[in-house]
Amino acid sequence: MEHKKLADQKATGHEPSSFISKYVWSQDHKVIAIQYAVTAIFVGLIALVLSGMMRLQLGFPDSFSFIDPSAYLQFVTMHGMIMVIYLLTALLLGGFGNYLIPLMIGARDMVFPYLNMLSYWTYLLAVIVLLASFFVSGGPTGAGWTLYPPQAILEGTPGASLGVIFMLVSLAIFIVAFTMGGLNYVTTVLQARTEGMTLMRMPLTVWGLFIATILGLLAFPALLVSAIMMLFDSLLGTSFFMPAISSLGNQLEYTGGSPILFQHLFWFFGHPEVYIVALPAFGMVSDVIATHARKNIFGYRMMVWAIIAIGGLSFVVWAHHMYVSGMNPYFGFFFATTTLIIAVPTAIKVYNWVLTLWQGNIHLRVPMLFAIGFIFTFTHGGLTGLFLGNVVVDLPLSDTYFVVAHFHMVMGVSPIMVLFAAIYHWFPLVTGRHLHSGLGKIHFWFTFLGTYAIYLPMHYLGFLGVPRRYYAVDGIDFIPESAHVLNMNITVAALIVAVVQLIFIFNLIWSLCKGKKSEVNPWGATSLEWQTPDLPPVHGNWGEEVPRVHRWAYDYSVPGVEQDFIPQNMSPEEVENLSK
Amino acid sequence: MNIIRKVSEKPWLPQADDVSEGQLATHPKVPSERIALRFFLAVVGVVFFLFIITFLNRSQYPDFVALAGQPWQPFTNPSQLWANTLLLFTGSLALHLTRVVARRNADNTILFFLALSVFLSYLFILAQLSVWKELIVNGYGLALNPANSFFYLLTGIHGVHLLGGLCVLLSVSYNFWGNKSRTKLRASIALCASYWHFLFVIWLVLFALLTATPETFNAIASVCGF
Repeated sequence: MEHKKLADQKATGHEPSSFISKYVWSQDHKVIAIQYAVTAIFVGLIALVLSGMMRLQLGFPDSFSFIDPSAYLQFVTMHGMIMVIYLLTALLLGGFGNYLIPLMIGARDMVFPYLNMLSYWTYLLAVIVLLASFFVSGGPTGAGWTLYPPQAILEGTPGASLGVIFMLVSLAIFIVAFTMGGLNYVTTVLQARTEGMTLMRMPLTVWGLFIATILGLLAFPALLVSAIMMLFDSLLGTSFFMPAISSLGNQLEYTGGSPILFQHLFWFFGHPEVYIVALPAFGMVSDVIATHARKNIFGYRMMVWAIIAIGGLSFVVWAHHMYVSGMNPYFGFFFATTTLIIAVPTAIKVYNWVLTLWQGNIHLRVPMLFAIGFIFTFTHGGLTGLFLGNVVVDLPLSDTYFVVAHFHMVMGVSPIMVLFAAIYHWFPLVTGRHLHSGLGKIHFWFTFLGTYAIYLPMHYLGFLGVPRRYYAVDGIDFIPESAHVLNMNITVAALIVAVVQLIFIFNLIWSLCKGKKSEVNPWGATSLEWQTPDLPPVHGNWGEEVPRVHRWAYDYSVPGVEQDFIPQNMSPEEVENLSK
Repeated sequence: MNIIRKVSEKPWLPQADDVSEGQLATHPKVPSERIALRFFLAVVGVVFFLFIITFLNRSQYPDFVALAGQPWQPFTNPSQLWANTLLLFTGSLALHLTRVVARRNADNTILFFLALSVFLSYLFILAQLSVWKELIVNGYGLALNPANSFFYLLTGIHGVHLLGGLCVLLSVSYNFWGNKSRTKLRASIALCASYWHFLFVIWLVLFALLTATPETFNAIASVCGF
């Protein structure tokens, strides 16, 4: 039938047969998702090591000869860029987006499988170019993940001659990869939903991924534009961003450019980027909470509206990253206002998560623990964001550790909590086995308490005025001895948390082979991805016939029905039988 | 497809007509490739929009000297660029005609018009490169003045997008040569034609900006608040 055509593409010509075509040059969304995930986690572990080295320098200054001021700034930059873009964006959209979108909407695969495959290999190329910057002369760029000109391409900043070029080229390649992937996700959600799957019956995970993808398609061009112009300034001597400036005593050829122009362009990308990371996390945590509390998500429609509103508003708040840049001070009025407005739909989502838990049949399994941990840490980080969103309060706090603590809480800790929740939750689907829950609980408690031990005290460092991106803060008069002790303790906590992640890595690898085999739909979830005939789902996902959807994704604990969940594809007649 | 109605429906209740709803929900009236192209055109549109906004902002800085206005400026008389515009227009026209003949004319006719589209578009790129050469020979180097830089940058990015389209068009032609499927060809050519027309409109905007006098720049920039 016509309406099943797209969901039910039994496309001939992409039925793989050899090992290479099944697991390497694969066009199957599940294989591509795992490829994205493995690459992203690999590069994320590199960034984690870099952060460990930064903390070593901050906690125990000058104890390690290989960490000099140049190297420190390079670690700061690469840690930031890898984590935000190459780990979080790639893992959430490329990894989870690819795996879950077709399954949750009842499709056999993405609408453009070949393009999907291309997007992964382009992403891998971007990662290779980025990592190559470690090995070029001068090393990787040390300009900060924000890559502000003029310093980014001036001598004195590490990597100014070659490293920054590799970074910009890598970003451009990533944007091409993301555009290819993004076109796939939005088209698949719009076109390939199975019969009965209206937009408002989609799980919030899909909504989060869908809106985040639209954000990405519209925001990444700003980074591309700024990267191209910065490349021109660096390689071809143009003055888009470079003002008249002397470097090391010599007047350079640049005249008349505007560094603030770069900042506007960068943050026009940069702010939607954080919502590109946050929205899929919001969606996934909603589904994890609903499933493990056996309760429908509270206020589903408001959750959808909030995701859309946050997506739209995220384009008009960017200059709250620029209050101290010297831009027109009246802009501060406007952007502070919009920043406070965007807190409203975000807060609504937090209330709804809490209200979903309220009087729910809560199962404190590992995914639920991480989801609750997300609520705590995201609320914390969001509240400190309100501080920073106000211009006057931001003035003394800008470029201090208060900002570092804020963005790590909202971008580092909470999305990572969601990622862990999602991995523990969907691992049985992807592999057919459970992750060890005892190890999972140890992993959770150490991570949750450990990240609090890292970032809670860091706010006080910010209040004191301890600046960020500084290699050394000893010998500065206004910084008391207690701040150095605090730095040391934060470092110890950070190293413990980093080492504890090895438990998780061990759990992942061990459970792949030795994990307890999972029964079908182990958590009793309603959404379609758990209703496949095979666990894990095979190529084509649904066997002979695609599912037909009869209800929304949150029929948990429905009164009158004995079973505490009703899958989306269960027909009304079958539900009758359940109630008898 | 009233969007307000859609997101205010109550999904926990059984839907009004569950039987036909499947068709409403997932009957794709628009082919997926067309949806994907629309999003892609939005992305390309945003890229050019941002370049243009940056251009307008940068034009208000004191070192910016527009490339038109005074008699000795290269684009005070933009006749060469008009010729290039005509070339791009004929390229778009040729692609439109390809779409028309793809319905019922002979394979050879279709291939002729495909080749014509490719040729005219390629000619446009060569013509743009010759404008570049003229400028460089006359001393309007890339890094000397932001107006120059933006000229090369904007025409360059536009040309790169056109080249990308040409690669796709060549691939479509090659596939048609191989399997002679009219339906596939018509679908692909329709998409290529839309892309070409879009790039033509973008070129018109760029043309207007790049040959604008300082007065025009100042007027537009003050409207944008720069």
